[in-house]
Amino acid sequence: MSTIQDYPSRLSDPNSRKLGTFSYLPPMQPDQIRKQIQYIIDQGWNPAIEHTEPEAAEHDYWYMWKLPMFGETDLDAVLSEIETCKKANPDHHVRLIGYDNHHQTQGANMLVHRADFTL
Amino acid sequence: MGKKYEAGVKEYRDTYWDPDYTPRDSDILACFKVVAQAGVSREEAAAAVCAESSTATWTTVWTDLLTDLDYYKGRAYAIEDVPGDDEAFYAFIAYPLGLFEEGSVVNVFTSLVGNVFGFKAVRFLRLEDVRFPLAFVTTCDGPPHGIQVERDKLDKYGRPMLGCTIKPKLGLSAKNYGRAVYECLRGGLDFTKDDENVNSQPFMRWRDRFEFCQEAINKAEMETGERKGHYLNVTAPNMEEMYKRAEFAKEIGSRIIMNDFLTTGFTAHASLSRWCRDNGMLLHVHRAMHAVIDRNPKHGIHFRVLTKALRLLGGDHLHSGTVVGKLEGDRQATLGWIDIMRDRYIKEDRSRGIFFDQDWGHMPGVMPVASGGIHVWHMPALVSIFGDNSVLQFGGGTIGHPWGNAAGACANRVALEACVQARNEGVELEKEGKKILTQAAEHSPELKVAMETWKEIKFEFDTVDKLDVAHK
Repeated sequence: MSTIQDYPSRLSDPNSRKLGTFSYLPPMQPDQIRKQIQYIIDQGWNPAIEHTEPEAAEHDYWYMWKLPMFGETDLDAVLSEIETCKKANPDHHVRLIGYDNHHQTQGANMLVHRADFTL
Repeated sequence: MGKKYEAGVKEYRDTYWDPDYTPRDSDILACFKVVAQAGVSREEAAAAVCAESSTATWTTVWTDLLTDLDYYKGRAYAIEDVPGDDEAFYAFIAYPLGLFEEGSVVNVFTSLVGNVFGFKAVRFLRLEDVRFPLAFVTTCDGPPHGIQVERDKLDKYGRPMLGCTIKPKLGLSAKNYGRAVYECLRGGLDFTKDDENVNSQPFMRWRDRFEFCQEAINKAEMETGERKGHYLNVTAPNMEEMYKRAEFAKEIGSRIIMNDFLTTGFTAHASLSRWCRDNGMLLHVHRAMHAVIDRNPKHGIHFRVLTKALRLLGGDHLHSGTVVGKLEGDRQATLGWIDIMRDRYIKEDRSRGIFFDQDWGHMPGVMPVASGGIHVWHMPALVSIFGDNSVLQFGGGTIGHPWGNAAGACANRVALEACVQARNEGVELEKEGKKILTQAAEHSPELKVAMETWKEIKFEFDTVDKLDVAHK
């Protein structure tokens, strides 16, 4: 059996702050983000983008980037909005949401850009 | 012109067997699997079950003539062979809604599974399914919150949630118990759970447990930035104690409590569930004693019926079995009852053991909880079987990690997220499971060690309660 390792999570370490689904995996590469957008479109969900200052990440409400992209099925259009949002808010976390209006919930919600921050 | 009174014993079939009857939309329908005593015809046995579970007693009584029995009586309206079983048959019975008190699951069960189960004319009897008409469903409270509200309250979307039952289930002090909770939650789980056996024993009184667990949650939330919960078990000897413990859980900021709905009883559970809605508290429901009732394929109540009872009584989570873990559970049958927990409308589907269409109207759904003998290697199958709207609970599969609970929790979270990501990318989980986990483990030493630890553990015993099919 391998040597026991310490679990490195700390109150004092910004890297210990997690941000929901997929935040325990390495950051998604552009081709991986494309596949997730495609999944949202294929489910018939409405893509939406939100962003926040890292210190407010625990709030229920992040800033909406414009409005949810109702009926949008063009993958590149969604991707380019994510890029625009990132450029306009360089120090913010950015997440991608798939609104499932039939079940009145978010079918998907994942971080697509994690900002560097200190505590 | 009224009937004449004739004292004596009539054949049940004369009054209660009605093959020409077309059930009304408002009838409660039941499907029983019946094994009659030798010499009793199927029609007579079906009628007897119907009679004993609705209006009749063993003999004619003069007071029958003071009411409109044709309006109130149940009717056995169909009989079917049971595939692969020569001695049993299915009896379908319709009960008029007026036989039952509005909103009382208790009243329905007192009739449907009351005296009739000890009735001498039948050797074995099993309640396979019940169709609750929408007219009845709308009189029941249903889940205090339901799946969508729970996701919003906990801020968790697009994946199953992860839990862990704290072990050893008995004997830890409150502070050590809270330590185990903290380690699980900081490692990435959403929930930890009191074992159902944990109430308020001398080694750990409930109040001490609640306080230390809440401390563990608060710290794990600050550390990870994510919302967490611990199912504080308020199962207690009486309602006064249950309310007292629930109130205290609310006072210290807990998001969720739990109850055992069969051992505390339907009425106690319904009252607690109503309290949960009034107080914004999620309700996790355990099902101790269910296997006593539902495991024997010939006698008792099928779990899909208990599932319907619970959805009507109220609960946000209900244990469903895992299909792949250490406890009993046929895959198709499980898929059937998790649909019953979550969906708005479930179609009759004999391949999943569902005998009736069931319309839940606007009643929220219940989150199925898969718990018992599961570990990271099961993750691809679990995500595939249960989908996002579920709680996957790894007890030994978290705490048994060679590096401790936090590492075990992290391994499960990484495995879960890798499976969800792959599924969304269109990968077939159950086929590619090993590859997905192996790739994810390249970035997670915790997952790598978990995979090495549990790679040989399987639970491949045959299911005792199989669906009724021609070739068993």
